[in-house]
Amino acid sequence: MAFRKRFLAGAAALGLAVGAAGGPAAAETVLKAVMHSDLKIVDPIWTTAYITRNHGYNIYDTLFAMDETGAIRPQMVDSWKVSDDGLTYSFTLREGLVFHDGQPVTAEDAVASIKRWGTRDTMGILLMSYVERAEAKDARTFELQLKKPYGLVLLSLGKPSSNVPFVMPKRVAETPGTEQITDYTGSGPFVFRKDLWKPGAIAVYEKFKGYKPRSEPPSWGAGGKVVKVDRLEWISMPDHQTAVNALISGEIDLMEAPPHDLLPVLEAEASVQLFEWNTLGNQYMFRFNSLHPPFDNPKIRRAALEALNQEDFLKAVIGDPRYYKTCAAMFVCGTTFATDKGGEVMLKSDFERSKQLLKEAGYDGTPVLLLHSTDLVVLANLAPVAKQLLEKGGFKVDMVSMDWQSLVARRAKKDKPAEGGWSAFMTSWVAADILNPISTAGLNATGEKGWFGWFDDPKLEAMKRAFAEETDLAKQKKIAEEIQVYVATEGTTHGWMGQWYQPMAIRKTIAGVLKGPVPYMWNIEKKG
Amino acid sequence: MLAFVLRRLLATVPVLLTVALLVFLMLRLTPGDPAAIMAGDNATAAQIAEIRTKLGLDQPILVQFAIWLGKVLTGDLGESFFFKTPVATLIAQRIGPTVALATTTMIITVLVAVPLGTLAAWRQGTLLDRFVMGFSVLGFSVPVFVLGYALIYVFAIQLQWLPVQGYRPLSAGLGPFLTQLALPSCALSVIYIALVARITRAALLEVLGEDHVRTARAKGLAESAVLLRHGLRNAAVPIVTVIGLGIALLIGGVVVTESVFNIPGLGRLTVDAVLGRDYPTIQGVILLFSFLYVLINLVIDLLYTLLDPRIRY
Repeated sequence: MAFRKRFLAGAAALGLAVGAAGGPAAAETVLKAVMHSDLKIVDPIWTTAYITRNHGYNIYDTLFAMDETGAIRPQMVDSWKVSDDGLTYSFTLREGLVFHDGQPVTAEDAVASIKRWGTRDTMGILLMSYVERAEAKDARTFELQLKKPYGLVLLSLGKPSSNVPFVMPKRVAETPGTEQITDYTGSGPFVFRKDLWKPGAIAVYEKFKGYKPRSEPPSWGAGGKVVKVDRLEWISMPDHQTAVNALISGEIDLMEAPPHDLLPVLEAEASVQLFEWNTLGNQYMFRFNSLHPPFDNPKIRRAALEALNQEDFLKAVIGDPRYYKTCAAMFVCGTTFATDKGGEVMLKSDFERSKQLLKEAGYDGTPVLLLHSTDLVVLANLAPVAKQLLEKGGFKVDMVSMDWQSLVARRAKKDKPAEGGWSAFMTSWVAADILNPISTAGLNATGEKGWFGWFDDPKLEAMKRAFAEETDLAKQKKIAEEIQVYVATEGTTHGWMGQWYQPMAIRKTIAGVLKGPVPYMWNIEKKG
Repeated sequence: MLAFVLRRLLATVPVLLTVALLVFLMLRLTPGDPAAIMAGDNATAAQIAEIRTKLGLDQPILVQFAIWLGKVLTGDLGESFFFKTPVATLIAQRIGPTVALATTTMIITVLVAVPLGTLAAWRQGTLLDRFVMGFSVLGFSVPVFVLGYALIYVFAIQLQWLPVQGYRPLSAGLGPFLTQLALPSCALSVIYIALVARITRAALLEVLGEDHVRTARAKGLAESAVLLRHGLRNAAVPIVTVIGLGIALLIGGVVVTESVFNIPGLGRLTVDAVLGRDYPTIQGVILLFSFLYVLINLVIDLLYTLLDPRIRY
């Protein structure tokens, strides 16, 4: 350190050092973070990429937000009321909300933002299908007039994960959902410095001095979003070891997703601590393709579930039991719609039962073409484990290895497996994306325009619609349970293969990192 | 000479066209779909198809190629699928760190390797020679990322003399600029030092065995004059060739070093673009690399005439 100080002091003395253009002022508090990915696309409505969602939370605000109990709390909204017939929702915005350009946030901005989001997001599209009209009544009040009662209005507006209904200025929100926005004005706690953004290198945010936080303490995405640093830098660092080294040496303050094999190194480091921020965690999914044999037969899909078990996947990929747990609930253990019913089949393998079901289904030995992602650590070992388990259960399996980017292209192909298509693949979901039947992409049963696997199941869609239209929570829970049982038995779309957790690594000089399904950047302070 | 330069510059046109065609076709034949990557995990098939249309990826490959080539011929390398930024802007943002790293690496290489190779040739068969050759073998054998991590561990984490990662431009001051580049340049230069030292030694040994050197020594010239004026100058052609090719390789091939030391250069841009199947960026960067290769080779050829008067074009 002394050498470096001497060297830099010498350079400064020679008059060689000049301030870097766009660099932080000397007295500024700068929070330097390495996120799970670099920021590529900056429109959180256009893409569902998590890094873009997280960027959205920095610069935009939301009308409602989910708190740590799973309840939906008002955020930009001050008050709201629902008509007795449940068809009119009236919302009033908080006073004093302004965009980064100084313009007040109006009801028209909120309406335009909801409409754009409603053309892209699964829950948004469904919500808008129930909306007769959405309109501003005055500068701070807007209404949603429904065609018939809908039970997920607030849950949709307060959904925590992609796509989040962020509020943008009307002029921006009028951009068609199929086009990316180019104006990044928000009203959130940080201002995006587009001029300092170097794609693939750094994204810079500054504290929005005009932001008016709520008075309640922060709780997930709800409550007061108080920014306690002057500047936030998201530094792109694709090499995990380098990021770990940078964290240890104090060059960065926070690493969102250190790989599990490097956690022991970080645990041994006195200046660093691991923080369990996402208590809901993530869930592995085994996805079937319903278009082609063998998984066009529900009984064969059910046989596959009998052969698989969560523990083997979790052990093979995560390893350390502190960071995983088996869970029978499709909608994630510990959440509103969690239930074990029907999900027990995911917990242990029954190879004999699998073979018996295959025999009953008349399985003719058609190989399962299983896509294997090799480059993402949290996915790499999944397919080999699945292959082994399925083979033990009586399946013939062809595993095709490729990088994740090739896999996402191949899974979009509807061709027969032998002609470039596929039968099954495994992926992982952030729990916040799968908390209810509507937001769970795997339950999209709308056919060939739906999610990969292209299930066309009117019964499942009808159950989902019943769930959405139900306004009583207890009855919603009952329907969610019925959906889980149906998926685990008759209408199998996918298997849920266990929950795992990704701690964040932070230097002990920072405090106030919030828990939640998203790495929120407010409330964090630097002590040294 | 001028005619030669013009001829060579004109010859770059078919080379670049061939590269453009090959890169374009190879990318389209490689598995992967930028639209699926951009849309994110939750996106439906319909949304992905919509993005593909917007990007023009639903058109026949030949049409796509013609559109792209038309733009390139007017100096427009296109726009990155992901960043919605012109590829030329992305390259401009990233070329600085790569050139800086290549320059400091080559300066270290030349300053260390040429004297080492000269000493080894001068003291052929001695312990010094064996040491230099042993170092060369080691330099070739140790992967740059291993050396990089080792240097980081010692100088950045244990001793805390230098930063682990990052890049500061020269405009931020010479001190920060050099401290940021010290470790990556050292890590990267080892392999080039090994290469150039070996070539220098071999070329010099060949020259030192020639008649004119024996004559120079017989005339009573000082050994330093024999080595530098008669030996090294006549051995310069292969050494300059290797150094030149090294520069070309450094500009296009410092991916690992840029990743290990988190330097936002062209190497990382290329890898990120390949992983994201960002076709316009990959095509633009590869075209640039090809042009630089051709250009550097031309400069090397021209340098030959300065180093060896017998060479004429």
